[in-house]
Amino acid sequence: MSAVIEVRDLTRRFGDFVAVKSVSFQVERGEVFGYLGANGAGKSTTIRVLCGLLSPSSGSAIVAGHDVAKAPESVRLAVGYMSQRFSLYPDLTALENLDFFGGAYRIPRKERLRRAEELLAAVGLEHGRDALVSSLPGGMRQRLALAGALLHKPAIVFLDEPTAGVDPSARRRFWRIIRGLAEEGTTVFVTTHYMDEAEYCGRVGLMVDGKLVALDTPSGLKREFVPGRLVLVRGSLLVLDAIRAVPGVWEAHAFGSGLHVRGDPTAMTDDLMRAALQGSGAIDVSIDPQVPTLEDVFLAVAGQPGSGG
Amino acid sequence: MNPRKTRQRSRPRRFFIRVYAMALKEWMHIVRDVRTLYFALGMPVVMLIAFGYAVSFDIDNVPTAVVDQDHSAQSRALVQHLFSGSTFRNAGSFERSDEVEAAFRRGDARLGLVIPKDYGRTLARGEPARVQLMVDAADNMTATSALSFAVRFGLERNNAMAWEVTGSRPWMLEARVRAMFNPGMRSALFLVPGLVSTIQAMMAVLLTALTVAREWERGTMEQLFATPVGRTEIVIGKLLPYFGVGMLQVLLILAAGTWLFGVPIRGPVVLVFAVSSLFLLATLGQGLLISVATKNQQVATQVAAVSSMLPSTLLSGFVMPIDNMPVPLQYLTRIIPSRYFVHSLRAIMLRDAPVAEILPDAAALLVFALVTVAISTLLFRRTVASVR
Repeated sequence: MSAVIEVRDLTRRFGDFVAVKSVSFQVERGEVFGYLGANGAGKSTTIRVLCGLLSPSSGSAIVAGHDVAKAPESVRLAVGYMSQRFSLYPDLTALENLDFFGGAYRIPRKERLRRAEELLAAVGLEHGRDALVSSLPGGMRQRLALAGALLHKPAIVFLDEPTAGVDPSARRRFWRIIRGLAEEGTTVFVTTHYMDEAEYCGRVGLMVDGKLVALDTPSGLKREFVPGRLVLVRGSLLVLDAIRAVPGVWEAHAFGSGLHVRGDPTAMTDDLMRAALQGSGAIDVSIDPQVPTLEDVFLAVAGQPGSGG
Repeated sequence: MNPRKTRQRSRPRRFFIRVYAMALKEWMHIVRDVRTLYFALGMPVVMLIAFGYAVSFDIDNVPTAVVDQDHSAQSRALVQHLFSGSTFRNAGSFERSDEVEAAFRRGDARLGLVIPKDYGRTLARGEPARVQLMVDAADNMTATSALSFAVRFGLERNNAMAWEVTGSRPWMLEARVRAMFNPGMRSALFLVPGLVSTIQAMMAVLLTALTVAREWERGTMEQLFATPVGRTEIVIGKLLPYFGVGMLQVLLILAAGTWLFGVPIRGPVVLVFAVSSLFLLATLGQGLLISVATKNQQVATQVAAVSSMLPSTLLSGFVMPIDNMPVPLQYLTRIIPSRYFVHSLRAIMLRDAPVAEILPDAAALLVFALVTVAISTLLFRRTVASVR
C-alpha cells in the first residue's frame, strides 16, 4: 500500500477566517476515505485545495504524486472532482455533458464517446443518455455527475457531499458504485454529513471548526470515543435521573422512546439498571446491547471542541 | 519515450480539442435556448426597422399654419408656392397670429406663416415686404431643419420676385450646393451605419455578458476549473460561437439596411466585414469583462445594457457629431469602440474611403479588443483564488 494523498500541516485562510487549520493525514491507494463534519467545518475547502482549485495558505499536499501548490494542472489531470453543488449543464443531454467534459479533459472525440457510453452503463444511465439533464431526477443527476468526474480515469475521485438531497435508495445505489470503484483501485475521497454513509468508508476523518480532530476506521473511532458498553433501555415511565444514579453509568440520554445508556462494561449490569428503573416506577423494562454509531462518535467529539485528535 | 517530443506534437492538438469542446458546448447553449436565438437574430432587424423609420431627421410634410391678413393676389401666390413642394403641408388658415400659437399647443402645426395686411401693396410699391415665420422650437431638431428650409424658400421667392419686378439678375453671388455621397440628404444613409454599430454593440455585449456569469451562478464554473481547461481556452471557446452569431447579425442588418433603406455599400464589402469583425471582437471583449467582473447575470445585464447602449448612441457620433461635443467628452469618445466603428463604416459604405483612412480605426478597435480580453483573462485567474 502506498499513499496517494499526503497532507501535512495544511492551512487555508480566507482573510481572517481560518477554514482549515493545520490538517495532516494520508490516504492509501484504493481506500474509501470519508471526511465527516458539520457544514462550515472545512470539508469543502480541504477538497478544493486537494483538487488544485484553491492554493494552500501554508503546509503541503501531495496528490497523486503532484504538489497542489506547485503543479495544480497535473493534479487536475490526475483527479476527478464532483462539487457540492450540482454542476452539469441543464440544457444539454447526459451524453452531451459527458462529451463536453471529455473534451475539457482533452480526450479525443472517438475515445470520448466510447468512454461516455461506458460510464453511462457503469452508473446505470444507459436509458437517460439523450435526456436533457434538467429533466433527470436528483439521483440520476448525481450519478451522471459522478460519471463526469470519472471520464479521464482519474486515480483519485473527490466527491463533495455527493448524496446531499438524494433519497435513501438512490444513496444506497450511489454507494454501491463508489465501493465498486474502490475495488477497481480508484481512491475515493468523500465528504458527507450522513453518519450512516460514513460507516461505508475504510477510514473516517472528523472535522470540527477546521481541525481534523479524529481519524480512524469507523470501529476504531467507536472504540476510542464511545468506549464502554452501550445499551438501549425500553419501557414505560422511564426516569433519566434514576438510571444516571446507577454506579458505572457514564452517560444516559433519551433516544427515541427509550434511553441510550453507556457505562463501564463490568460495573454497569442489566440487573442494577432494571432495579433502579423499577424502583422509580418504570414498568415493562427491557435492556438490549447496542452497537455505537458514528453519530455517537460525532456527538462525543464535537460536543467537546478542541479536545482529541 | 521522449516526453518532450510527444508534448510538442500534441499540445496544439490538445488546445484545439478543448477550445472546440468549449465552443461546441457554448453553441449548444445558444441553439437550445430558442429565445436567445430569436432575440439575437430577430432583434437587430426589428431594431433597425424601428430606428430606421423612427429616427429620421428628414423634413417632410411639416404642418404649417397660415395667417393671411392681406388676402391679396400676391399673398395667395406666396402661400401657393409654399405648399407646392412636399416639405410643407397646409395645417389650416387663421386670421390672427395668436391662433398659430394655439395650433402649436394643440400639436396641429409646427410652423406658422403670417402675412401682414399691407403685404401686396408694399410689394406693388416696389418696397421690401415683411412676412413673419413662427416655429415650434420645442422640438429643436425638426425646428432647425424646418426653419432652414423655410428661409431657403423665402430667399428663392425673393429672387423670383425681384426678377419679376426689376427684370434684372436677382443675385450677384450664387452658392450652388451639391451634396456629395448623399445627394438626397437622406438621413437613413447617415443613420444605418450608426445603427449597425449601436445594435451590434448592445447585442454582443449583452449576450457575452451573460455567458460567464451564468456559469458562476449555476456552479458549473467550479467544475470547469477542476478540469485542465485553461482560461485562454475558456475565453476563446466562449467567444467563438458568439463571434459567429455576431457576424450573422452584421450580415442581417446590412442586408436589411440595403434593401429597406437603400443604403449603398460603395466600398469593398470585405472591408466592411473586416471592420465589423474587429468591432465585434471589441464588444465581445467588453461583454466578457463585464461577465467576469460581475459573476452575476442580473448585474451583468444592467452593466452591459448601460455600458453598451449609452456610449454607442450618444458618444459614437451616430447621432451627435463628436466635433460638437464639449472637449472632455470628445476625449471620452476615444475609449468608445463604437466611435471608430461608426466612422469607418460610414467612410467605407458611403465614400469608399481609402484603406489608409480606415487603418487607425481598425487599430483602435483591435487594441480595445485585446485589452478587454486580456483583462478578462487576468481577472478570471484572480477570481478563482477566492472561490469559497
